[in-house]
Amino acid sequence: MVEKSDIRVVRCGGSKINLRAPIISYDSRYVLCTSGDLVKVYSTRTEEWIHTLQAHTNQITGIALNPANHLQVYSCSVDGTVKLWDFIDGILIKTFVFGYPLFSLYVSKKHEGVIFLHCPVTKKSEDEAFQLVAVNLPKSAEQEVEVKELKAVLFDISSNPSCTAVGREGEYIASANHLKLHIYFFRKQRTYSFSLNATDKKGARNVFTCIACHPKEDCIGTGHEDGKIRLWRNFNNKKECTHSTMHWHHNAVNTLCFTAEGTNLLSGGLESVLVQWHYGGDKKEFLPRLGGSILHISTSPDGQLFCTSHSDNKITVIESSLKVSAVIQGLVKGDEVLTDLMIDPRSKSLVLNGKPGHLQFYSLLRDKHLYNLDIVQQEYIYEAGLDQFEVVKAAFDVKGSWLATVEQRGKKSSDLEIFLKLWAFDEQTQSFVLNTSIAAAHEDQIMSMCFSSSEETTMLVTTAKDCQFKAWVQGSEADTQQSFWSCDFVGSYHNLRPTNCSFSADGSLLAVSFQEVITIWSPETWELLSTLCQPPGEIRDLCFGRLSCSKYLLGTTTKNLLCCWNLLTCALEWCSSLDVGTLLPDPLSENVAAFSYQPTHTDLFVFRPSEPRPLFAHKSVCSGKVHRAVFVPREELLARCDEGSQWLNRSQLYFLSQAMDLLTFSTATEDDRMLAASKRLVVDDSVAVTPFYLLLGKHRQQQEKPNTSNPVTHKPQLPQGSVAIKELLHTAAHVLPAASVLCSLFVTSLLISNTGVREEMDSSEQEMDSEKEEEDSEEEIEACDSQQELRAQGSVDEVTPKLSKAQEKELRKVRKTDFSWMTGLIDSKS
Amino acid sequence: MGEFKVHQVRFFEYMPTGIRALAFHAQNEKMAVARMDGSVEICDCSDNFFQEKVIPGREQSGIEALSWVGDRLFSAGLNGEIAEYDLTNQKVKYTIDAYGGPIWTITGNKQGTHLAVGCEDGNVKLFEVIEDKIQFERNLNRQKGRIISLSWHPSGSKIAAGMMDMIQVFNVETGNSIHRMLVDRGLRRSRSEECVVWSVVYLSDGTIISGDSAGMVKMWDDCTGTLIKSHSVTKSDVLALSVSQKEDSLVAGTSEGCVVQFQFISVVLEKDEKEWVRTRTFKNHTHDIRAVAEITTAVVSGGMDTQLVVRPLLDKVEVRSTASALRKILFPHRRLVSCAKKAGLMLFQYPSHLELWRLGESEGQSTPGSSLPIRRKPEKLLFLKVKGEEHIRCSVVSPCGEWIAYSTASSLRLYRLHCDNNNVSITKMSKLPKVLSSANQLCFSPDSSHLFSASTESSVHIVSLNQLGCKYVATLKPKSGSKQAINLLTASEDGNWLASANSDHEVQVYNLQKRKTHCTVPIYSSAVSAIAFHPTTNCLFMVHADQQMFEFSIEQKQYTDWSRSVQRNKLHHIWLERDTPVTNVMFDPKNPSHVILHDMYMLCVIDKSLPLPENSSQFYNQLTLKSLPAEERKFYSHAFKICKTFRAILCVEQMLDQSLVVVERPLTDITTQLPAPIKQKKFAT
Repeated sequence: MVEKSDIRVVRCGGSKINLRAPIISYDSRYVLCTSGDLVKVYSTRTEEWIHTLQAHTNQITGIALNPANHLQVYSCSVDGTVKLWDFIDGILIKTFVFGYPLFSLYVSKKHEGVIFLHCPVTKKSEDEAFQLVAVNLPKSAEQEVEVKELKAVLFDISSNPSCTAVGREGEYIASANHLKLHIYFFRKQRTYSFSLNATDKKGARNVFTCIACHPKEDCIGTGHEDGKIRLWRNFNNKKECTHSTMHWHHNAVNTLCFTAEGTNLLSGGLESVLVQWHYGGDKKEFLPRLGGSILHISTSPDGQLFCTSHSDNKITVIESSLKVSAVIQGLVKGDEVLTDLMIDPRSKSLVLNGKPGHLQFYSLLRDKHLYNLDIVQQEYIYEAGLDQFEVVKAAFDVKGSWLATVEQRGKKSSDLEIFLKLWAFDEQTQSFVLNTSIAAAHEDQIMSMCFSSSEETTMLVTTAKDCQFKAWVQGSEADTQQSFWSCDFVGSYHNLRPTNCSFSADGSLLAVSFQEVITIWSPETWELLSTLCQPPGEIRDLCFGRLSCSKYLLGTTTKNLLCCWNLLTCALEWCSSLDVGTLLPDPLSENVAAFSYQPTHTDLFVFRPSEPRPLFAHKSVCSGKVHRAVFVPREELLARCDEGSQWLNRSQLYFLSQAMDLLTFSTATEDDRMLAASKRLVVDDSVAVTPFYLLLGKHRQQQEKPNTSNPVTHKPQLPQGSVAIKELLHTAAHVLPAASVLCSLFVTSLLISNTGVREEMDSSEQEMDSEKEEEDSEEEIEACDSQQELRAQGSVDEVTPKLSKAQEKELRKVRKTDFSWMTGLIDSKS
Repeated sequence: MGEFKVHQVRFFEYMPTGIRALAFHAQNEKMAVARMDGSVEICDCSDNFFQEKVIPGREQSGIEALSWVGDRLFSAGLNGEIAEYDLTNQKVKYTIDAYGGPIWTITGNKQGTHLAVGCEDGNVKLFEVIEDKIQFERNLNRQKGRIISLSWHPSGSKIAAGMMDMIQVFNVETGNSIHRMLVDRGLRRSRSEECVVWSVVYLSDGTIISGDSAGMVKMWDDCTGTLIKSHSVTKSDVLALSVSQKEDSLVAGTSEGCVVQFQFISVVLEKDEKEWVRTRTFKNHTHDIRAVAEITTAVVSGGMDTQLVVRPLLDKVEVRSTASALRKILFPHRRLVSCAKKAGLMLFQYPSHLELWRLGESEGQSTPGSSLPIRRKPEKLLFLKVKGEEHIRCSVVSPCGEWIAYSTASSLRLYRLHCDNNNVSITKMSKLPKVLSSANQLCFSPDSSHLFSASTESSVHIVSLNQLGCKYVATLKPKSGSKQAINLLTASEDGNWLASANSDHEVQVYNLQKRKTHCTVPIYSSAVSAIAFHPTTNCLFMVHADQQMFEFSIEQKQYTDWSRSVQRNKLHHIWLERDTPVTNVMFDPKNPSHVILHDMYMLCVIDKSLPLPENSSQFYNQLTLKSLPAEERKFYSHAFKICKTFRAILCVEQMLDQSLVVVERPLTDITTQLPAPIKQKKFAT
C-alpha cells in the first residue's frame, strides 16, 4: 500500500449551481450561488466568475444576505455550520457550529441576529421529518462559535426548502407541507393551518410545491402541482381566510417570487417560461425559451434584476424589463452523462452531454462553460414523458479534427432510431461542421465507439448489439471536393455481441471484446489475428497499455477479474481479483487508472500494466459508483519527487460521482500554488473598482508590459497624482464641481504622475546602463516600448545623426515621455 | 324492490328558458328569479331553494330587472311597463307604463319609498311607492343615451346610473347629475364599439363599482368622481354585479360563465386600511351569466344555460351540512306532466301549448333490465295551443282520459276529448261555472266525475262533470283562513278524501262526502313537495323540501307509527343530502308497504316493513346485498331501495296496469338547444 501522502479528492467546480436560489447583492452587481461546497460570486454584468467563498466541507444548502449588513452573506451547509462571509473580499468572518445537517436558511430584516434553519428533527435521519428552528446567533468575538440554543418554530415541514418563506417584515413565517399550509405568527406565537383537498372534481392536484410572501402586504402566494398559483389573504382568521387562483402553468409551479416592492409576482416551472404576473391585476407577461425548466427565481433588492436558475445548471440574469442580460452556465448536467467524459484535443476542454441534444464544451481550467454544439439539430420540447433524440456516444480522433456522435431515440429496440454523425473541424469558423450523417448505422443500440489512435489514418469503429462491429473510413471520391465517411468493414465473431473496442497505441491492432472473448484484428487487412479468453465472466472494459507498456492489453470481467495479456506472447501476463468497472489509460504515461466498485463507495487504483502492483491506491474516493472519468493532460508538467503522486505529474484525473459531481485529485503543492495565485489576485483596494479604474488599469498594464518580468515581486505603481484622482472618484457626484473644471485637473494629475515616475525609473535605468551599451539599450527600449514605435520612428527620421550626447539623451527623454494617456483619453471620449 | 314494466318517455321536449334577473329579499330569505319567458319564480333560500311560487309569464313580455320594495316585488321589461306581482295569488297585480321607451333596469331604494327605472330614452324615472300602487313622481335630469343599470346609495340621496361609455351620479333631491365618469372602452374590441356599463353597485362608503362590456370591474370614488381601481376580469363582458349585505364581498358574473368574487379585505393584517381584492372564481355555467346575487352564505347565479346555481361560501357556513353543498336547480319543482292512468295518455304542459300523447305498447316478457319489443309506437294525439298571450299555469288530464283542463292566470278551459280509433277530437266545454275563472292547481277525482280547482285564499271548488257539461258543487275552505295559493292537490283512490297543500306549508284534508274540512296536518317548517293518499289505508304521505317524510293517518288524525319511527330514528344523511326535492309519491298496489318516490336523479322504493338504515350503515346497499348469502341479506337490508337507472327524471307516474311511466329529459338535449356560448380558447385544444 502506497502512502496516500498529500493527495486529496476535491470538488473541482462544475457542480450544481442550481441547487438553491441564487441571490443578488444589494447593488445588483454580484450574483451569489451555491456550487457544491463553495459559494461562487459572479458579476451580473460580465457573467465572469469573480471569486469563491471556500471553507465548508460539505454541500452548501443555503445562502442569504445578512439583513444587517448588505456586504455580508450567510451560508449553511450539510456539514452543520453556518458561516458569515464578506462576499466582496471573500473573507470568512465567522463560523457558527450547529452539529445538525442544515438544509436551508432564511433571514428576516425584523429579526436581527436571528436566522431560521431548516434541519432534520434528529441528527441521524436525513430525510425523515424536518423542522424549522430559530437561532439567536451569539455575539461573541471568536471566529468559531458553537451554537446550542435552538428554538423550534415549526414542526413537520416539507423537505423542499422552497416551501417555506418569511412573511412581510418578518411578522410570520409560512410553510407548506404536502396539502397543508402553516403560518406561524411571531407576535401572537400562534400557528394557523389551512389545508386543501388532495383532488377536486376537476382533477386538480393541489399539492403545494412552493411558497412566496408579499413583501409589503399580507399575502402569501403558493404554487401547486397542477400549475395553479393561489394567493392567500386574511390568513390570521381560520374562517375568513380567502384565496384567489391564477392558472397558466400546465405543470407544477417550481418557484414563485415577489419583486422587491411587491408589484409583480414571478413564477416558473417546467415550461421554462418566466411568467410575470401583475400583482392585483390580471395582466401577465412572459419570457419564454429560457432553456431548462426553471427551478428558482430570485430578485434583486433594488428591483432591477431577476435571476432564474434552471435545471440545465444555468443561471440567467434578467432585467426587470424581461430582457436576458447575462447567462451563467455551469457544467450542464441532465439526469445522466451518456457520453463518456472526453477531452477535446484542440481546446483541451471537457466534452460531455450538455443541453438535451447538445454536446457541451467546458473549460476545466476556468470552470466555465464554453459553448454547446447542437448535435440533434431539432427543437427540444420541454415536456415530461416525451421520447426525444439524445446524444448517447461521442468520440474525438487523436488530432481533434473529427468528432463522431451517435444519437438515439426510442426506449424499445423495436422502434429505435439511430444516427451516426461525423463532424469535421472547420478551421475558419473554429467549430465542428457536420460532414456525414448515417441513418441506421447499426440495427441495434451502439455499445461503444472509438477512433483509431494512429495519426495517419482516421478510422472509426463502432460495436453494436446487433452482433456486428463496423469500421468506417473517410471515402476518397474524386469528383467531389469533400470526402464523406462510409463503411469499410463489417465484422462479427460467432454471432456474439460485441461490447467494447479499443485500438492499440500505434493503431496497428484493434481489440474487440465479444462477451467472454477478446478478438484482436489488424485494421489494415481486417484479419483476425488472435483471440484471448479468460472465462468465466464477460468482458466489461478493455484497454491497451501506452508507451513502454503498449504490448499489454488489459481487460476486466464481470466476474471480478482484472487481466493483463502480453500481446507478444498472446498469454496472460498477470491476473488479479478485483471488481473493476472502468479502466482508464493515461494518454501521456503508462499509467492506467482502475475504479473498483464496493457496495457503498468506489476505490481507485493506479498501476502500470507491466506489474500487478498499484502505484497509488485511494480507498473510497467518493460514495457510490464512479460513472465516468477522464485523464486531462496538464498544461505544464508538475515537477514532483514524491513517488505516490508522480502519476499526477503529466495529467490530472477527473471523475463524475454518482451524485454527478465532478471531482479531481489535488496535491499539496498544487494547493499551495493555488493559494499563492489567489493572494496575487487580491484587488488593490487603494483604487475603487469603477469604470475609471478599468480604464486606468488597462492603461497601466500597457505601460508595465516591459517591466513586468516578475509579476509576483512587482508592485503596481500608482500614479502620483492619485490623490487628485481619488478625490475625484471618491467624492459623491452631486458635490463635485462641474466636469469641465475637473477635466484639466484630472488630465494634469495623470500627466504629471506618469512622467514623474517614468523619469525616475528611466534615470535609474540609465544610471545602471553603461554608456557604451547605449546602442543596445536603445534597441531594447524600442522593442519594449512598441506602443510608441510609430511616433518615435517619425522623430528618428527627422533628427540628424550628428547630435551631441547630451542632446541625444535629452531627446531620448522626450521620446520616452508617455503620451499613451492621450490615446486613452481619446478612446474614452469617442 | 318490486319489478315494474317501465315506459321510458323521452318525447317531452321540455325546454327551460334562461334566467334574466335575480332579486334577493334578505329578511324573508326569498329569491325572485325572472326568466326569459317572463315567468317569475320565488325560491325559499332557507328551505333548500324550493320553488314555492311560480308566476307564469306572457308572450312578448321579457323581464329585464326585478326589485323588491319591502315585501312587494316589481319587475320591468323592454315592453316599457312596470309590473307588480301578487305573490299570494301568484299572478301579476297590475302593470303601469313608464312612458320612457324600453326599460332596462328597475331598482327600489332601501327605505322602500321610491322606485327608480332606467329607460331607453335616457331618463331615470322616479316612482313613489304607495299602498297598492306606484305613482310617477318625476324624472331626473335627462341624459343622452340609454340607462342600462341603476343603483341607489343606501341613504337614498344619490343614485348611480350605468350608461353607454359612462356612469352618472345623480342627486335624487335636485335631480342633477353630480358626476360624470367616463368608462374606458377597452383595447380588446374595436374603439368604435361603445362600452356598456351593464351593472353598477353603490356602496354606503361612497364607492361605486361598475361592471362593463370591456370586461372590467372598476371601483370609483363618488366624492371626486375618479377611478380608484380597475380589475380586468374577463375578455368579454361583465354582465352582473352583486354585493353582500355587509358590503365586504362582491360577485361579478361574466359572459364566459364565471363568477368572480372580490373581497374587501385589509392588505396588511390587523390594519383598517382595506382594499377590494379579487379572490375566487367559480365556473359553474357554460353560458352568459345574466344575474348574480350574493346571499348570506352563498352566491346564486343564473344565466343563459337556464340553471340556477347556488355556490355556497364555505367560509360563511358554520357547519357543513346539506345546505352547504353546491346546488344546481335545473328542473321545476312541480309537475308539468299529468297522466290518464286508465287510458294510457300523457299530457305535457309547455308554456303556451299542451301536448297529449298515447303511450306505446309492448309485447312479450323479458328479464329485468332489458328492453321489451315495441308493438305500437307512442303517438301524439293532440296539440292544443293556448288562446291569448298568457302562459299556462297548470293543466291536468282526467284518469279516464276524457277530460283535459288547463288554467292560465286569467282563464280556465275544460275540454272533452273524443277518442275513437284514430280520430281524436275535442270540444271545449262552454258555460263553465263562474268559480272556474282561473285556478292555481287542478285535479280530477279518480273516477273522473269531479274536477277540483284550487282558487284564491286556499279554497278548492268542486265541479261535477258529465257528458253534457259541468256543475258547480261546492267550495271547500280551510279553517286557518290562509290567503296563500294552493300548490298541491290530491284525491284519494276511493273518492272520499281530498288533500291540499299551500305555500304556507299547510296541509288540509277534506272529506268529500261531507264536503268539509276533515283535519289539518300539523304545519312543518319546510314546504310540501309531494303528497299522496295511500290507496288502501288512506294514509296521507307527504314529502317535504328538506327531504323529510311523514305519513298521516286520516282516520286517527295523527302521524302513523311508521312516521313517528322515521322521525325518531332520523333519516340517513345521504338521503338528506340530496339536492332535488321529491316531486311525486306513488304506492305499489301489489305490496301495500311499498312507497315509490322520485326526484330528478333517482327512483326510490321505500319498504315500510323493513328497518330504517342507521346513519353509519351503507345507504346504497343493493349491490352489496346481492353478493351476500340470503340469511345475511336480511340482516343488512333496510327500507330504502334506490334505482339510478334513469337520469334527469321530470316525472314518474303509475298506470293502471301497474307499469311505470318515467319521463326523462336528458340534459344534453337541453344544452344542444341552447345558443352557442362565447368561444373561449381552452388549453391543449
